[in-house]
Amino acid sequence: MWLFFIFYASIDNFVARDRPNDGGKCIYLSWKSIEDSLIDGYAIFRCSINDSEFQKIGFAGRFSTDFEDNTVQDSIKYIYQIAVQKKDSLHLHTISNIVQSSPQFFHKGRINILFAIILFTLFLIYFMSQTRKGARLFIRKIAGLDAVEEAVGRATEMGKPILYVPGLGDIDFPSVIASMNILGEIAKKSAVYESPLIVVNCYPVVYTVAREVVKQAFTGQGKIDKFKDDYVRYLTESQFGYAAAINGIILREKPATNFFIGPFFAESLLMAETGNQVGAIQIAGTDQVLQLPFFVTACDYTLLGEEVYAASAYLTKEPVLVASLKAQDTGKFLTLLILVVLTVLAFLKINLSSILKVQ
Amino acid sequence: MKKKIPLILCLIIGVSMVCQYFIPHPVSTQFNSTINKWVVVLSAFALVLGIGNLTSHHITIIKRKKSDWIYSLVTLISMLGMAVTGLFFGIDEKSLYQKIFLNILTPLGATMFALLAYYMTSAAYRAFRARSLEAGLLLGAAFVVMIGFMPIGHFIHPYFPNFAEWLMRIPNMASQRGILLGVAFGAVATALKIILGIERSWLGGKD
Repeated sequence: MWLFFIFYASIDNFVARDRPNDGGKCIYLSWKSIEDSLIDGYAIFRCSINDSEFQKIGFAGRFSTDFEDNTVQDSIKYIYQIAVQKKDSLHLHTISNIVQSSPQFFHKGRINILFAIILFTLFLIYFMSQTRKGARLFIRKIAGLDAVEEAVGRATEMGKPILYVPGLGDIDFPSVIASMNILGEIAKKSAVYESPLIVVNCYPVVYTVAREVVKQAFTGQGKIDKFKDDYVRYLTESQFGYAAAINGIILREKPATNFFIGPFFAESLLMAETGNQVGAIQIAGTDQVLQLPFFVTACDYTLLGEEVYAASAYLTKEPVLVASLKAQDTGKFLTLLILVVLTVLAFLKINLSSILKVQ
Repeated sequence: MKKKIPLILCLIIGVSMVCQYFIPHPVSTQFNSTINKWVVVLSAFALVLGIGNLTSHHITIIKRKKSDWIYSLVTLISMLGMAVTGLFFGIDEKSLYQKIFLNILTPLGATMFALLAYYMTSAAYRAFRARSLEAGLLLGAAFVVMIGFMPIGHFIHPYFPNFAEWLMRIPNMASQRGILLGVAFGAVATALKIILGIERSWLGGKD
């Protein structure tokens, strides 16, 4: 016991500060731990500047070096006290500085994301201005998207429907939004060729959006009289119920062309294999990396990851949309460059990877 | 005007939500939670439309006595049955609703999932027919990984499991990350295009 007091007069570096980048109502305490295996932990006390007594507000374990007090009020000044707890007794009472919490207006830990968004937007504006001036931007061939026209044409010739599956994601999935953009283009072709279209949805909001997209596409082509309410269907939110319903549609209605574009999970192969077995031409696309091998195996064409997002620009060939692809590629190139530079610096024992950290 | 209003709303809400991500102030988090509540309310309205669509689709099939109309009848009876059971007899742990859910719906879902094994076999058979260089590479990699992760792999050669592990950890992971990087940029680009009104396919195009 005496040895304990000889080595330690107080707990070192006990500091209280407002937790950074938060909405207030939190004080962050930190200290240097005591290297004594016999202690139980640290008792934390708090007292507002107007009170005279410290109240116990928490306990931190033996190996802890910090504590967050989430029970404070903003704009009130507090003082903290920490003490080492050893069995039932408290030792080494140490007082902190005066501190008060307040909400912040900007999250400094996300400044790198903000910088990246601004830079990306600037790229977008630059390439858009270039295309408006008449610059011709190159897009590499994407076989899966080139085959869309052929796939829709095949369905028309065979007099069979086109099946479009936007995947198992709600409208907050970016790939569902990309899928809706592709659906718009496919629905236009379907309206032109007057081929029946079946769009099957898993979430009601996606169903509502898909219905509007298809209806607008038919209206845009002057074929609203050919649009049927039956074209866009709501099925179920259950994952395998959805897969079973789609398999049923594939087997009963035997579509000539199947599109599986959006987020897919374990049900991907169930649907793609069934489509393969009935001999439909199949074009799939997903950003779910683990499902890509299944689609590559069972479908005729597969859009890999970013190609799903590029499809709208590729199909419409609209210069402004193509400019966005160029901005995307430039951003990707810059990211790769940063990764290579940081890797080389890491070999030279200079670690700057924290600039990529997002809080 | 019919297209301008959704575009303006999209711009305002989109920019607000982007700003919200960078502002930790309680006003900002309150705004986020309010918007999320709105999303739930809108989803509830959309659900009514969805159920309406499902019901009218199947009623039409039954009325016209199309082929396999009996399945439509089963769908409607099941949907109505579950709704009535849940609404009038509760959904607590011992309720009839939970019994139907756990003893019928869950095993049916599991059955569909189990079928995946058979679909995988037929897909793998087609993929592993070494007709081209790519298919040959796929077959080779799959063979190494499968054998490497089985106990027999170690008996064939002690380095076999390590090589399989290396294939998964280095070339496989590198290509996955490459795809993910593209996906991330694609998602950001799509979001920006929609917020800024550049992408209008979801509104039926620019016309």
